[in-house]
Amino acid sequence: MNRRTFNRNIAVAGAAAALSPFSIVRAQAQKLRVGVLLPRSGFQGFIGQSCQKGADLAPGVIKEMLGVDLELMNADTETNVDTARTRAERLIQEGAHVLVGAFDSGQSAAIAQVAEQRGVPYIVNIAAAPQITEQGYKFVFRNFQTAPDIVREGLALIGDLFQATNTVPRTAVFMHVNDTFGQAMAKGIGAFMPRLTQLPFKIVDTISYDPAAKDLTVEVSKAKATNADFLLLVCRLNDAIILRREMVKQRWNPMGIISPGSPGMYEEQYYKTLGKLSEYSISNVPWYNPNAKVTKIVEKAFLKQNPKDKLVFHGLNAGFTFEAILVAADAFKRARATDPKTLAEAIRQTNITEKMTLGAPIKFNAKGQVEGIGSACVQNLNLTPTVVLPKGAATAKPVFPVPGYKKA
Amino acid sequence: MSLDLVVNVVIAGLLTGLIYGLMALGLSVIFGVVRVVNFAHGEMMTIAMYAATVLFAALKLDPFFALVPVAAVFFVFGYALQAGLINPFITRPEHSQFMLLVAVAIIMVNALLMIFGPDARNVQTDYQLESFEIGRILVDKARLYAALVAVGAAAVLFAFFRLTLTGKAIRACADNYLGAKVVGLNVKKYYSLTFGLGSACVAVAGCAMVLLVDVTPPLGPYYTLLAFVIVIVGGLGSMAGALLGGVLIGVSEALAGLFIAPSAKSMFSFGLLILVLLLRPQGLLGKRT
Repeated sequence: MNRRTFNRNIAVAGAAAALSPFSIVRAQAQKLRVGVLLPRSGFQGFIGQSCQKGADLAPGVIKEMLGVDLELMNADTETNVDTARTRAERLIQEGAHVLVGAFDSGQSAAIAQVAEQRGVPYIVNIAAAPQITEQGYKFVFRNFQTAPDIVREGLALIGDLFQATNTVPRTAVFMHVNDTFGQAMAKGIGAFMPRLTQLPFKIVDTISYDPAAKDLTVEVSKAKATNADFLLLVCRLNDAIILRREMVKQRWNPMGIISPGSPGMYEEQYYKTLGKLSEYSISNVPWYNPNAKVTKIVEKAFLKQNPKDKLVFHGLNAGFTFEAILVAADAFKRARATDPKTLAEAIRQTNITEKMTLGAPIKFNAKGQVEGIGSACVQNLNLTPTVVLPKGAATAKPVFPVPGYKKA
Repeated sequence: MSLDLVVNVVIAGLLTGLIYGLMALGLSVIFGVVRVVNFAHGEMMTIAMYAATVLFAALKLDPFFALVPVAAVFFVFGYALQAGLINPFITRPEHSQFMLLVAVAIIMVNALLMIFGPDARNVQTDYQLESFEIGRILVDKARLYAALVAVGAAAVLFAFFRLTLTGKAIRACADNYLGAKVVGLNVKKYYSLTFGLGSACVAVAGCAMVLLVDVTPPLGPYYTLLAFVIVIVGGLGSMAGALLGGVLIGVSEALAGLFIAPSAKSMFSFGLLILVLLLRPQGLLGKRT
């Protein structure tokens, strides 16, 4: 190598080194790396996998909708708060620009702490504990109802259900899981029930239980002994299945099982495991709008990826997970950058009117919370979650009391 | 609170406790003779539960019939495990034995995760959701059958140790290791036999338990811990103590759930454990060393 060649090579290398930061910025701006944290194993595994379906279809659908390229970085929280925290740390270390997840309030709260400390935007897909957006966090956003919102909407729909079916139950026994979500819901019910004087029933007993319980014999015996007209239930999936089986064993046939807003009874696995026993259970939950334009696009992609499955069994989980990623992609498109502060600021300015789920447009308030998300009364009819209220969105009439109802 | 409710709950606790007792019996037998604490006990029970679900799915074999082949396979597996892996550790320090069996347990859990995934599995028999009605008392059919199987299996094991020559030889090895060797007993062979019997015991308990509980891989450590609580309460090494401990834990958990709070059930059984450790460290039916 002569002196001239050497100098030329040095000059080229120097120029390349000088320009490389720009090329990094350009590369970052081309693709948004989304860290998706979900409980794909453990006792919430079924629901985590259901949420994952919404994440898996997001890159294709969003590319079609917004022209934005996404790279998903998936992590399994194993239904464990500590694992959720460490997985979030690792995703950030590996270069995630934004985090999404994690279905569960406890896990989401842990991820929120990590995201805030590290200054990386985090969009909660599903988690209702109010404290997640009450801590003054600057990088945490949630497109899902808080527990008080769920309870308020859920109890109002219970009132509507009784009106629509011309029934007046006088008593309810309230059973709830004792995790972060269950406690938040119990608190909400305790706060709202005395104010909702139009509801004809009173809660005669409250029974909390472990969401990972393997046997609910005692809990159901206690609930049955209250002679309550119906069961008000805040559950998860596995415990809902165990509980329903135990009700059959103990021959307890109340007027119905109504969830004022919890997962479990509209999940595909609930139907698969229980078959006919899953019928008539009612869940008042944030739901998706089957007629929305976005839903049609999502459904098409969903069926392509899961030809043997139906969106209706995953609508809530997949819908809100998809929307969380949509929020990130929409902000990225407007910000044209992946640096956390710019991205967080863009998320704060979100105004998505074309959405999949029921309710007002996706707009975050000062706390990072979307307001005005709607709920529906979803009843299991013919082994399918069916919207029975509000009337405008209903596809069938509610059945209450359930056939076979017998005073305990 | 009505008497019917209390009786219903006590019966459910008693029946569940008998199955717990059979599970712990396997642990107690192994420790009583081999003096090795099987830290993979719950994991072995989980494997038996999976075996029952597989046989049910493939052949529609009721878990009560499946328990015969599953127990036989577990006997062979336990025998081989003791002969091939644990016997060389018998004279090594206790922490080596502990680490060995913890490693076996971890391998088992991860193997189950790889083969079956994290999802819960169960069996669906015709009688599983039925119950006997005796006045105002309801007795869960599956739970009752499972408890009867547990009592039957425990009785067979008791009879084996009391009435057969092999059983007596095993007891001799447990009572006096050196003496047993001096009189010409093949101690290591009897150790392997004992581990096989303990494994068969836990296999029967697993097949019975799968009628009451959905099985997932992480269930193993939970049952290992539960088996320890039961044998410590009943007396480590005491067969009758294991059954008594199982019943006590089953009933006390049920009553704690009824009178205190359902979510305090586990807390109560650990409270009982601490109480026994303070007042009678050798366990209720254990011998003072």
